[in-house]
Amino acid sequence: MSSSADSAPMHLRATQSGAVGPVVTRPVMRVEGVDVYYGDFRAVTDVNLEFGLNEITALIGPSGCGKSTLLRSLNRMNDLIDGARVEGEILFHGENIYGKGVDPIEVRRRIGMVFQKPNPFPKSIYDNIAYGPRVTGMRVDSMDDLVEESLTRAALWDEVKDKLKQSALGLSGGQQQRLCIARAISVRPDVILMDEPCASLDPIATMRIEDLMQELREQYTIVIVTHNMQQAARVADRTAFFTAQVSEGTGARTGVLVEYGTTAQIFEDPQDQRTEDYISGRFG
Amino acid sequence: MLADTTAPGTEASTTASTGGPTTSSGRPPRSLFAGRPRPGEAVIRLVLRLAAGVAIVTTIGILIALLIPAIGFFREVPVVDFLFGDRWAPRFADASFGVIPLVTATAWTTAIALLVAVPLGLGAAILLSEYARPGLRKVLKPILEVLAGVPTVVYGFFALQFIQATVFREWLQLDTGAFSVLAAGLVMGIMIIPTIASISEDAMSAVPMSLRQGSAALGANRMQTSLRVVFPAALSGVMAAVVLGISRAVGETMIVAIAAGNQARIVTGPLEQGQTMTGFIASAALGDSRVGSLEYDTLYAVGLLLFAITLLVNFISIRLVRRFRQAY
Repeated sequence: MSSSADSAPMHLRATQSGAVGPVVTRPVMRVEGVDVYYGDFRAVTDVNLEFGLNEITALIGPSGCGKSTLLRSLNRMNDLIDGARVEGEILFHGENIYGKGVDPIEVRRRIGMVFQKPNPFPKSIYDNIAYGPRVTGMRVDSMDDLVEESLTRAALWDEVKDKLKQSALGLSGGQQQRLCIARAISVRPDVILMDEPCASLDPIATMRIEDLMQELREQYTIVIVTHNMQQAARVADRTAFFTAQVSEGTGARTGVLVEYGTTAQIFEDPQDQRTEDYISGRFG
Repeated sequence: MLADTTAPGTEASTTASTGGPTTSSGRPPRSLFAGRPRPGEAVIRLVLRLAAGVAIVTTIGILIALLIPAIGFFREVPVVDFLFGDRWAPRFADASFGVIPLVTATAWTTAIALLVAVPLGLGAAILLSEYARPGLRKVLKPILEVLAGVPTVVYGFFALQFIQATVFREWLQLDTGAFSVLAAGLVMGIMIIPTIASISEDAMSAVPMSLRQGSAALGANRMQTSLRVVFPAALSGVMAAVVLGISRAVGETMIVAIAAGNQARIVTGPLEQGQTMTGFIASAALGDSRVGSLEYDTLYAVGLLLFAITLLVNFISIRLVRRFRQAY
């Protein structure tokens, strides 16, 4: 269902890491030879990926494979962690986000993020949405309209329109997560990164978020990390499978990208034995 | 209660004889009520209650000790004359008990101290909690703690000899006497910085990392995150810090007794000298006044007023926090 929406021609090509990936026709972001370090620990090694406009890309793989680490380096959230460092290039509309003179704050405004656990601010629902536009100095004709628009796009408006001044913490977990999505949308980013956005939600709330992602795809580029393979199969146009590789010499663990392709190809016709083992539930 | 007095065996055996349920080992189940006594638990609970009780009993004791002589005082001096009189001369033949001069001196020193301590203390807290890397923290925190450990008598002489005599009079050539509420207030402010910084920093460090990340992911810079997300979320702790600072400033005795002055006159400017409420208590309690005399009871009336002011500050701050805090 999800891959049928993808009309791009499918050429396969070998990437440097050995992963086979489809050519993304309208790439918004491009990850080129990226290593991510925490101090001396290399968490992710030599990743090459592309994220296309109006596509959902899922990053899947077992725990400790570096998929969340990679996601957090896509909008420089890793800058907040002492000792974190990225090598290689992450291009956003052709511009390296780790390049000299690049403002990480502007990067994060253009590339938004939704976290694993809903993290609404302890403010009113209204102020949660208005926060981003206010701090980034966005020119807004009517903040009320922007709040309504963001909440509507996040499929939350009808549920909260009568209690905008109430604390966001009074919402249910699923509503809080949709609020966080609305908050991310409010600053009009190009890309939305989602780090296991449904990990703390029940199945019904999860379904609503997944439906929402399908709608958001019309306007945004979405990258989602998920532990749930069914979720990847349901929502993603493309899927990248990561795993943890243990070096034979040193015993050091590091995350590598094994295979990248359309979701249909990854799940139906995996080219790598490790991918097949993982999606068929033989490990991980 | 009944189950406590019944031996576990009796109940169990009756169950067995009537063919009641049995456990997997074949024995009848023990009643849930027949708990083993846990003497350790009771002792700990008692000790904890005593610890909490000491604070309560002390507070009540202080209140009573203040109230009784104060009531004696107010039998002779009308409350209105005390609270609103503008001449404080309890030891003169022509005695007058208007507390306003003492209150103005306390208000000046406290306000000056807070003007110094609140911005610097909160600034230090934000620096430590939001900006400082571990290296800087390691240097800054001990310095703050040293500041908190300096005896107030040392601060008092620092205010009198260095700030007032050397800085104000010699270097700046200010038109001021041997004492001033400004010198006392400034130094008192420095004394309070560690209190405000340390408690506010604890409150801000306790704000979950996820809120900072959420803010950063929207394109907020560090200062915006600190001031608009972390600070409001930590407000109740920050307010507690400021209130403690106010209480310490109002109640601080040694610095003002040494450096603020000893004449009870209405203070109209920061370079004037003035006797604060605590300053009066300290000087009058040196032993000159006869126990039970009106002058002696005056101490308690002023003490009671101090107590009431501190209580009022606490009360107002609790109301403010309830209204503005953003609990996470």
